[in-house]
Amino acid sequence: MPPPLVSLDHITRRFGTLVANDDVSLAVQRGEIHALLGENGAGKSTLVKILYGLIQPDNGTISLDGTALRVGSPQQARAAGIGMVFQHFSLFDNLTVAENIALVLPATAGLKRLDQRISAIATRYGLPLDPQRPIWSLSAGERQRVEIVRALIQEPRVLVLDEPTSVLTPQEATTLFATLNRLKAEGKALIYISHKLEEVRGLCDRATILRAGRVVATCDPKAYSAHALGELMMGRDIGAVRPPSGAAVGAVRLRLNQLSLAAPDLHGVSLHDITLEVRDGEVLGVAGIAGNGQSELFAALSGESRTLADAIVIDGHAVGDQGINRRRALDAAFVPEERNGHAAVGAMSLADNLFLSRHALPGLLQHGVIDNNALRARTVEVIAGFDVRTTGPEAAARTLSGGNLQKFVVGRELARQPRLLIINQPTWGVDALAAAAIRQAIVELATRGAAVLVISQDLDELYEVSDHLCALAHGHLSAPRPAAELDRSAIGLLMGGANQFAAEAAHVG
Amino acid sequence: MSSVFFQAVAATIIASSIPLILAAIGELVAERSGMLNLGVEGMMLMGAVCGFIGAYFSGSTLIGALCGVAAGMAMAALYGLLTIGFAVNQVAAGLALTIFGQGLSGLVGAHFVGLKRDGAPHLHLPWLSDLPYIGHMLFGEDGFAYVAVGLVAGVAWFLRYSRAGLDLRAVGDNPASAHALGMPVGGIRLKAVLFGGACAGLSGAYLTLAYTPFWSPGLSAGRGWIALALVVFASWKPWRVVLGALLFGGATILQLQAQALGIRLPSQMLSALPYVVTILALILLNLRRNRGSLTPAALGLPFVADT
Repeated sequence: MPPPLVSLDHITRRFGTLVANDDVSLAVQRGEIHALLGENGAGKSTLVKILYGLIQPDNGTISLDGTALRVGSPQQARAAGIGMVFQHFSLFDNLTVAENIALVLPATAGLKRLDQRISAIATRYGLPLDPQRPIWSLSAGERQRVEIVRALIQEPRVLVLDEPTSVLTPQEATTLFATLNRLKAEGKALIYISHKLEEVRGLCDRATILRAGRVVATCDPKAYSAHALGELMMGRDIGAVRPPSGAAVGAVRLRLNQLSLAAPDLHGVSLHDITLEVRDGEVLGVAGIAGNGQSELFAALSGESRTLADAIVIDGHAVGDQGINRRRALDAAFVPEERNGHAAVGAMSLADNLFLSRHALPGLLQHGVIDNNALRARTVEVIAGFDVRTTGPEAAARTLSGGNLQKFVVGRELARQPRLLIINQPTWGVDALAAAAIRQAIVELATRGAAVLVISQDLDELYEVSDHLCALAHGHLSAPRPAAELDRSAIGLLMGGANQFAAEAAHVG
Repeated sequence: MSSVFFQAVAATIIASSIPLILAAIGELVAERSGMLNLGVEGMMLMGAVCGFIGAYFSGSTLIGALCGVAAGMAMAALYGLLTIGFAVNQVAAGLALTIFGQGLSGLVGAHFVGLKRDGAPHLHLPWLSDLPYIGHMLFGEDGFAYVAVGLVAGVAWFLRYSRAGLDLRAVGDNPASAHALGMPVGGIRLKAVLFGGACAGLSGAYLTLAYTPFWSPGLSAGRGWIALALVVFASWKPWRVVLGALLFGGATILQLQAQALGIRLPSQMLSALPYVVTILALILLNLRRNRGSLTPAALGLPFVADT
């Protein structure tokens, strides 16, 4: 057997007292797609950053073709034939596609012939791109194409992809897999990081599973169920979310009547004639790729953006022109997408953060003075009720991990027993255990008779919690359909705006 | 009005716009890399006093100008140390730099107040300066004017076409991504800040060596702040800096001429005119900001690599 194309041997890297990588070894052959699995904080990112020269290991070696080499910088990694597609796009919004790609090439490579090289790669791998467009005008799928072309233009032998499908529609993901299989057939070694275990089982030849910085298994992912892989990652049983009970659906709690809203700024999305109903006891899931109007829809629902009064009706009250306090007084609760700075103030304590979303409701104020005992008691209840790992109600919000802070901000709203919950990206960037707990809480809230509107990019999540599904594309919302009747390819088409095109075609016809 | 009078006014407008062009083009480069250096006024004052002292002792305008450049760069290096080295808040560090420069320049120049030397010679360009009507107006300037126009052209080319300029724009747009691609974010930003300091220092030296030409404390009289506003006015595009500087320079001269012509307006109001124009320009610019902004996305944001 020839030596592996790339191997990392006995890599150890400490950050202070934390051992991010503890004697990690990984080898990938030519023509192999190798999955790197693990929870947030398991050490996957550290490992690939070491391979790409962004972080130097304390111990261990990197070898290409059996020859050890030192990767001191990303430039050296690229020169050695190691390419990287980043999880959070490392693109420059105000530069053009060609300029973004030029940035990874040696300074001697002129911009002039670059357009031809981009077209050549684009044709070869089926990744069409206009080199002269600025990045901010591209969709998430197009941006990822730029990332991939930028990696491929250097003719890498090893390509690392960090959660490449997290922002793609199912159709876009399928296109990506075709490209990856093509690279595999060309004999390249691919390292593939993903949380989507079904995807890994379909695509990858082998998998290395990290837990708390150590390799716990190297296996053929096709030989395991997604559930079994998840247990290997977590080291314990995750437990499936209990499905919606199908409890009796009650009166209409939230109604949107032709809600339209102009885009707040150049990069924003306008909402067009959004009409929907959410009834008591029902979870309505709104699917869609980021940047199709989710933030704008949430802002309109929460009252951060004002609309015509009649456009938003909560429990029979027209509140489109009212602020969030009035809506909260009608027993509505809101959890925005961004934990840090939107849902919670990082520098403030958990107790103070709890007060921020309840200050206008009775219970915590006495004659204009904060009742600290009651506030502390409510905060302790949230921490205990949602298993938030923290030192106590006085801990600053920023000291919590992403998953724990998300459990806190969701728990803060749910503890009020709201009649209506609006929640945007409930488990974005949250580990599997915390995500399962949050989804379970959403389902239970609806079972107790509350109406819930969940906006999410994660289809698995939406199918787990929703009774009805619709999709937001370019600010247009498709008509809600029962989740059980809508398969993934159908919702994928709706996320891509198929509904809108059909409507326009019908209109023209 | 006679054409001689008109030519004289035009020449003074150009002369008063040169320090603005010099300081603003340097600040523009710094801001394109994401560094908002509010210390322009302080760097200008240090450039002014050191330029004057250098020229006074050497007798050479060129050596004086180089002293001004060095002083501006030294001030910028201090700012870079604080904001890039120690990730101090850029606004606070810039304001501190201006206050520091005002005090230090007064101290350094205490013994040079009131001393005089001849202004920088106006260069006579064969043929061009002899053109009828516009020759004296456009081509009768001192060396600083040509350096200023050359710098604007150079910066415009650098940002648009050079690889280093592309790197600089990338760092100003998204320092985290630039770092992930292996670019030296701090190094690129430091060079941009130093260039800004050099330009501000040169601008200050122009004031004491050609414009006034003597040293008095605080003689930059807020030009550093106008230069900062000019960068925004120009929406971070080099050639628009020239346009804006002529506009502001024009407002300054208009105010002087109006006083000379005895227009019955309080002189304080006329003196405030350039600043009113600045404020109006900023408001107008913000009104159309919604249609698209060229503001470097990471302007004013510190960057600390997490490794």
